[in-house]
Amino acid sequence: MAPLLDGLGKALTLIFSFNPELLGIILLSLAVSGTALFIATALGLPFGALIGLKELPARGLLINLMNTFMGLPPVVVGLFLYLLLSRSGPMGFMGLLYSPSAMIVAQAILAFPIVAALCHSAIVNVDPLIRQASLTLGATPLQVTVTVIKEARYGIMSAIIAAFGRVMAEVGAILIVGGNIAGYTRVMTTTIALETDKGNFELALALGIILLALSLLINSMLHVVQKKGAVALQK
Amino acid sequence: MNLTLQVSDIAKSYNGNTVLDHCSFSFDAVGTYVLTGPNGCGKSTFLRICALIEQPDRGSVTFYEEDSKLKENIDVKRRMTLVLPKVGIFNTTVMKNAAYGLRIRDTDKASVLEKTHRALEFVGLAHKSNQNALTLSSGETKRLGIARALVIEPDILFLDEPTASVDSKNTKIIETILESLKSGNKSIVVIATHDNDQAKRLADRLLVMKNGKIR
Repeated sequence: MAPLLDGLGKALTLIFSFNPELLGIILLSLAVSGTALFIATALGLPFGALIGLKELPARGLLINLMNTFMGLPPVVVGLFLYLLLSRSGPMGFMGLLYSPSAMIVAQAILAFPIVAALCHSAIVNVDPLIRQASLTLGATPLQVTVTVIKEARYGIMSAIIAAFGRVMAEVGAILIVGGNIAGYTRVMTTTIALETDKGNFELALALGIILLALSLLINSMLHVVQKKGAVALQK
Repeated sequence: MNLTLQVSDIAKSYNGNTVLDHCSFSFDAVGTYVLTGPNGCGKSTFLRICALIEQPDRGSVTFYEEDSKLKENIDVKRRMTLVLPKVGIFNTTVMKNAAYGLRIRDTDKASVLEKTHRALEFVGLAHKSNQNALTLSSGETKRLGIARALVIEPDILFLDEPTASVDSKNTKIIETILESLKSGNKSIVVIATHDNDQAKRLADRLLVMKNGKIR
């Protein structure tokens, strides 16, 4: 128990002294995950909306694939991406392996099905009367689509927050394609893994506390968004 | 050009069940038309086809002498509106709900505010402008649906069962609103109701739907 308490004490000192190494790791984590989430949302939201609003021929198959890929094992994504980006791989010429860009791609791949599937679900659950109301009031097809997406906003926000939670906590894929290079590709989760291996628990615990705090923040945001959205569902 | 909506020889079936059969009618003078008939006789289908929300299996709808691909012609479509029996309410304020039709028409902000406020006052909901519309009662929701339709000043206003599932107090309020529409009215109002007494109270012209035809 004593080493744990000792570690926790040192971890809190690290946090409250605004240790530059710790700050650098946190900022890189947020930058990588934030960018990945932005890409996943930019692609996943229109994709989910398209499947939800249009009668596509392979709609059922696409929904099935999206739902399946929500549970993609990160190490498998990391492995495939590694094979693609490694020097002998088909995209090796881009020189992305062991860079933050590779980590962003990996996290975007993991976040995309979550954003797409949950956005699709939020959009198909919008009351059909909304679509009819906008049609009767003279909305163009594009205006109807925008109106339905707006009505699904709380579900869409939940999707984005859920995806952010997943990529922030992810370690397998970014460890493989990022390489955990200090000051360049070392993020919170990979640092925790490395420092634990080294027996250096202070930094690992400090990052663990911050990750937990972030997770709490994300879940609180999700709770608030879902509570707001519940007003619409009750009606 | 005279305000006319001509429905010619329309037919509509669902799963082999004929709802409208060689149905024709011409709305050619301003005033309140009330279409009555028992539940399931095809009143709603007729209104949806007239309001260009649904296509007939055959026959045509001519509005201001334009009939080709009316459903795709957004400018023509925007000159009429239909208030459905169940009003779809957007998860936002009463004001923004009422202003929807004007906002999608890119109306300037001052006009949106002025017209929306006037319409909400007309239906007695101005004091609830900033309230979330999802918190309104079913009678108030119906009134909001009417206000939302009135703000766009349609040439033809269709109302499908405007007092269905509404308590007697709100039914009276809605009937008063519909009565008030008659004074200085420059548009055609078409109301579908299964309530014969209400039909008689509101109609300038009473229409009866029977066996898929208007008589």
